[in-house]
Amino acid sequence: MGTFIQQVFNGLTVGGIYALIALGYTMVYGVMRLINFAHGDLCILGAFIGLTMLTSTAGSGHPGPALLLLAFVVAIVLVAAAGVVLELVAYRPLRKADRLAAVISALGASLLIENGIMLIWGPEVAVFPSGLLPRITWHAAGASISFVQVMIIVASIFLMAALYLFVNHTRFGTAIRAAAIDQDAARLMGINVNRVIAIVFVIGPTLGAVGGLFIGIYYREAYFTMGWTYGLYAFIAAILGGIGNIPGAMLGGVLLGLFNAFAAGYVSSSWQNAITFALLIAILLVRPTGLLGERVAEKV
Amino acid sequence: MSLLDIADLRVNYGQIEALKGISLTVSKREIIAILGANGAGKTTLMRTISGLLLPRSGTIHFDGVGITKLGADRIVRRGIAQSPEGRRVFGTLTVLENLRLGGFTRPHGEIAGSLDFVMSMFPRLAERRGQFAGTLSGGEQQMLAIGRALMAKPRLLLLDEPSLGLAPIIVQAIFRSLRQIARTGVTVLLVEQNARMALKLADRGYVLEVGRIVLTGEADTLLGSSEIQTAYLGGERSDGASLLS
Repeated sequence: MGTFIQQVFNGLTVGGIYALIALGYTMVYGVMRLINFAHGDLCILGAFIGLTMLTSTAGSGHPGPALLLLAFVVAIVLVAAAGVVLELVAYRPLRKADRLAAVISALGASLLIENGIMLIWGPEVAVFPSGLLPRITWHAAGASISFVQVMIIVASIFLMAALYLFVNHTRFGTAIRAAAIDQDAARLMGINVNRVIAIVFVIGPTLGAVGGLFIGIYYREAYFTMGWTYGLYAFIAAILGGIGNIPGAMLGGVLLGLFNAFAAGYVSSSWQNAITFALLIAILLVRPTGLLGERVAEKV
Repeated sequence: MSLLDIADLRVNYGQIEALKGISLTVSKREIIAILGANGAGKTTLMRTISGLLLPRSGTIHFDGVGITKLGADRIVRRGIAQSPEGRRVFGTLTVLENLRLGGFTRPHGEIAGSLDFVMSMFPRLAERRGQFAGTLSGGEQQMLAIGRALMAKPRLLLLDEPSLGLAPIIVQAIFRSLRQIARTGVTVLLVEQNARMALKLADRGYVLEVGRIVLTGEADTLLGSSEIQTAYLGGERSDGASLLS
């Protein structure tokens, strides 16, 4: 029982992070039919910016949580700006070009950001400072749950709920969904599709920066190729849920996190990826469009 | 003064010159029909007016102001709304969400009044307001596409093939609604393969053939002309269906 509760919490923590990052993949795909391969790197850029903020403000005498909040705000603002620039420079000029051109551009952008991170922060593993957050751990029924885990889970739920409400219950959110269904029809409604795409490139990297910084805080480290590792997980989460589908990315992220945790907890952590991906393949064999995806087949 | 003034419009669609110098005018409160077979360039013309395609040359003026190079969203804000060919309703959004999107450019407070107007015009949409648009019948989707365009409160309403793929009885219902809509003072530019229905509704008509206007005149004259009779009205048929559709 203790292992079970423990792995549920471990799974929800990483699952929440995967979901936050997966939303960026799925929203961009939904509106542009493009896999933004640079997304994972943007997220880790957020982790490094946050880390720099934390190390440079450490010892300033302000309370840890305030410094952490500041790190998040700065990371979000800079990563969102990078997302908008990425779209303008790497994707907008290619919008009418062959789909392969945009994919190559995305891969190039990914390498550029990754190597940019290496040039600025170096190739070593950077370690996050400790002592920013209360070192509280709750023990119950043989499981121990840390404050960081609870913070990540609560924040992920809050951000996803906010996104869901925005997309489904506001005018501009409906415009985003309309542009995802049919861009020309959306234009005929008076929707500025360029603005919709720009907003998507603000929302995705915003959630991604939070996810990236969570990864750094949770594992207490960051390294420049981390964007590929976690970007791949999150991308798979988006596929699992049905790419292009927002609740799908949330569900896919959480499920992938839980698979991962249970595989690690009940079998072995060295087998966790093999087991997770075997399950993923099994699900995709039954539902090739992902758990909640139904539009993909007709759109591609 | 004319509300819409198009001069020598040339539009390429890839390598093909789809419009080869179109000039036409639409006056305020007129209903204009544009007739022609598949591939004549009717939809290209509509897409160009709405700003979805950029012309190679020529000009489009709306209410005296050049809109040739404006983006599609700005053109809606100027007062031109379109119900596109193939209806293009947002299938995974509800009927109500579709209609609200039609009013995307309008101030929030004006939406409710327009919704009431559209729903009284098409009571079926009111009944199905919570349903996904993709689950509606073809006729209902056409009503939704027209209603959605009306939500923008346009001064000029562009209708691209509102009868496409619909049963004759539904087509008649839709054209009755169009007559009602025109009576509210909206200017209408209607593209149709169903020439008889279109000309019965319209004041004037233009006939398009492979990117050129080959014939124009009063709707009654066109209805009676022998060229139209043989090419678009299929001789003696009286059910309103064109042989070409």
